[in-house]
Amino acid sequence: MSQAKVPAWVNVALIPILNILLAFLVSGLVILAIGENPIEAAGYLIYGAFGYDEGIGYTLYYATNLIFTGLAVSVAFKGGLFNIGGEGQAYIGGLGVGLICLSLDHTMPFYVIAPLAIIGAAVFGAAWGYIPAYLQARRGSHIVITTIMFNFIASSLMVYLIVNWLKEDGRMAPNSRTFEENAWLPYLHELLSPLGIDIGDSPLNLAFIWALLCCVFVWGLVWHTRWGYQLRTLGTNPTAARYAGIDTAKVTIWAMLISGGLAGFVGLNEIMGVNHNLLLNFTAGYGFAGIAVALMGRNSPIGIILAAILFGALYQGGAELAFEIPTITPEIVVVIQGLVILFSGALEHMFKDRIEGFFIRRAVA
Amino acid sequence: MKAVFLASITALAVSSSLAQAADPAVVYDQAGKFDKSFNEGVFNGVKQYTAETGIQVREFEPKNEAQVEQGLRRLAKRGYSPIVTVGFNMTSAVEKVAKDFPNINFTLIDGVIELPNVQSVVFKEHEGSFIVGALAAMASKTDTVGFVGGMDIPLVRKFGCGYEQGVKYTTSNATVLQNMTGSTGAAFNDPTKGSELAKSQFSKGADVVFAAAGGTGIGVYQAAKDEGKFAIGVDSNQNHIQPGTMLTSMVKRVDQAAYKTYKDAAAGTWKPGLVVLGLAEGGVDWAQDENNASLISADMKAKISDIRAKIISGEIQVHDYMSDNTCNY
Repeated sequence: MSQAKVPAWVNVALIPILNILLAFLVSGLVILAIGENPIEAAGYLIYGAFGYDEGIGYTLYYATNLIFTGLAVSVAFKGGLFNIGGEGQAYIGGLGVGLICLSLDHTMPFYVIAPLAIIGAAVFGAAWGYIPAYLQARRGSHIVITTIMFNFIASSLMVYLIVNWLKEDGRMAPNSRTFEENAWLPYLHELLSPLGIDIGDSPLNLAFIWALLCCVFVWGLVWHTRWGYQLRTLGTNPTAARYAGIDTAKVTIWAMLISGGLAGFVGLNEIMGVNHNLLLNFTAGYGFAGIAVALMGRNSPIGIILAAILFGALYQGGAELAFEIPTITPEIVVVIQGLVILFSGALEHMFKDRIEGFFIRRAVA
Repeated sequence: MKAVFLASITALAVSSSLAQAADPAVVYDQAGKFDKSFNEGVFNGVKQYTAETGIQVREFEPKNEAQVEQGLRRLAKRGYSPIVTVGFNMTSAVEKVAKDFPNINFTLIDGVIELPNVQSVVFKEHEGSFIVGALAAMASKTDTVGFVGGMDIPLVRKFGCGYEQGVKYTTSNATVLQNMTGSTGAAFNDPTKGSELAKSQFSKGADVVFAAAGGTGIGVYQAAKDEGKFAIGVDSNQNHIQPGTMLTSMVKRVDQAAYKTYKDAAAGTWKPGLVVLGLAEGGVDWAQDENNASLISADMKAKISDIRAKIISGEIQVHDYMSDNTCNY
C-alpha cells in the first residue's frame, strides 16, 4: 500500500544516485588519506570516462562486455539461479568465435563469418552453461558451486588448446595467429567516419550494437513470452511453479543455456572486435563484474545498460586516473570500484526506508 | 645534493621543452611492479637510472588487456620515448602502437617484433636454468629435485626444460619432479598453491625446488624454509627472501635491459633490432651473495664455473624448449 505512494523516480534515480555519491564521498576520503586531492582525482575520473570522444568510446567498449555478462546473470537470476560462471562461459564463447574466424577467414567474406561467429559464441557459451544446468536440474548439484568450478575448467581447457594446438609457431606469446581483416568486426569509428562523424580512435565496435539488441531480446523474452512467465514464476516460487505444471527442470536448463549464450558474446567483442586473435585471459573478470552490474541494474535491461556504463566509466576513468596521478595505483581504483558496489549493492537499503518514508509521509500529509 | 637536485630540475625542464621530448617511460605487465620478481627487476633498473641521472621515468601499470594498448598509445602521443614494455603479453599491443608512432622508440622485453623503432630483448632462460639445475643436483642428497612453474605456457616450460637438462648433466639418473601452478595469470601470484606444490614435492623426496613462478615462488621459498630444504629463486636475486635456505637464484637481468635502453637512448646509441642476452652477455646467471655463501662449497663453485665456461664456449648446447616446443635433448 505504501509502495504505491512513493514516486517512481525516487527508486529508479534518487536512491541509486545517493548511493553512488556516498561511495564517491568515501573514496574521496581514501584519496585524501594517501595525500592526493580528491576533487582533482574525481575530475580526472569523470573527464577520462566521459570528457572526450575516445574516452567515451573506451567506456562504452567496457560497457559492451558488462552488458553481455550482466544480461547473462540477470536471465539466470530471474529463474532463481545464481550463475557465477559468466567468466568461463565468456571464455568458451570466445573459443567458439575464434575457431569460426580461424577456419573461415581465408575463404569466406565478412557477412558469412559474422553471423556464424555470433552463433558460435552463443552455442559454445551455452554449451558451457548446459552441464552445470543439467547437474542442477536433474541431479541437484548446486549451480553456484558447479559454475565456479567450470570457470577453472574453462581456463585450463583454453590454456591446453592455445598452448598445444592453436599457438602460432615461433612466437613467445600464447596467441593464435591474427585473423584476416575480413573476420574483424568493424570499429564504430571506422563505420562513422565516412559519414563525417568523428568519434575518436577507440576499441568500440559493432558488438556494442549487438549488446543493445540483446537487451531488447531479453526484455521481450523475459517479460513478454509464455516462457518468460514460467521463468519468473520459477524464480519467485519454485513450488508454485511446479504446482502450476511448469516443467522446472526444463526451464532451468533453458535459462542457463540463454545465460551462457549471452555471456559467450563477450568473446565477440574481445576476440573478433578488438584483439583479432585467440588469446588467454581476455575475459579479465568481466564475468564476475557482470554479477554486480546485474544487481545494480535490478535485473532489468535498461538498468543493466546504465549500470554497465557506470562500471565501464569506472574502468576507463580509473585507468585514466591511475595514469595521470601515479601515486593513485590501480589498486586504489579497485577500492573505488569496490565502494560503488558496496554502497549500491550491499548497502542499498541504508537510505531506502528513510527516503521512502519521507515521500510517503509527504504524500499522506 | 642541492646541485644534483638543480641539475635534475634543469634536465627535466630541458627535456620537456624540446619538441621530441626524450622523457623515458615504462609499462609494466599486469602482475604490477612490486611482484618481487620479473616486473620488480625492471623497476630496479628504472630506479637505478633515476638515481643516477635524476630523470623521472613515467610508469604505467595496466590492469587489463585493453589498457595496455591504451596506455602505450597515450604515452606515445605525449612523446615519451623510449618506452620500455615488459613481458610477452604486450607483443601485439606494442606492435600496433609502434606502427602508428614511427618516431617513438620502444623496447620490448621477452618478445620479438620486427619494426624499425622496436628493440626486442629476449633472454636465454634455458642457459641460466641449466646452471641452477646443475647446482640443484649437486646440492641434492636424495637425487630428487623439484620444479614449480607458474602458468603453463611455453616460456615457463623453457625454464623447466633447461633446469632438467642441468640436473641430468650433473646426475644422469636424478628425478626431476615438475608441477605447474595453474592455467591463468593468477598462477604467477599464488603463494599458497606454490607452498602446497613444494610440500608435495618434498614429500616425494625432493630436497631442492626451483620456482619459476613470479610471486608464487614466495610460498615455495617459505615451504623450503619450514621443512629445512633448499629453494632456488628466479628473475631477480631472491636469495635475501629466506636467507640460509635459498640455494641461489636464476637471475634474468631485466633491470639491465631497462637501464641500458634509457642510458643508450640518452646517449643516442639506442638501436632497434633483436638483442639476445644469454650467459655470455651476462643476461642470465646464478646469484651469489652473502645469503647463500655458506651453502655453496668451493667444489660446487668450481664445477659451476666450468659448466658456465662450457656453455659460453658452445661445448654444452642447452636445448631451447621454444625452438621446437618439445624437451628432447
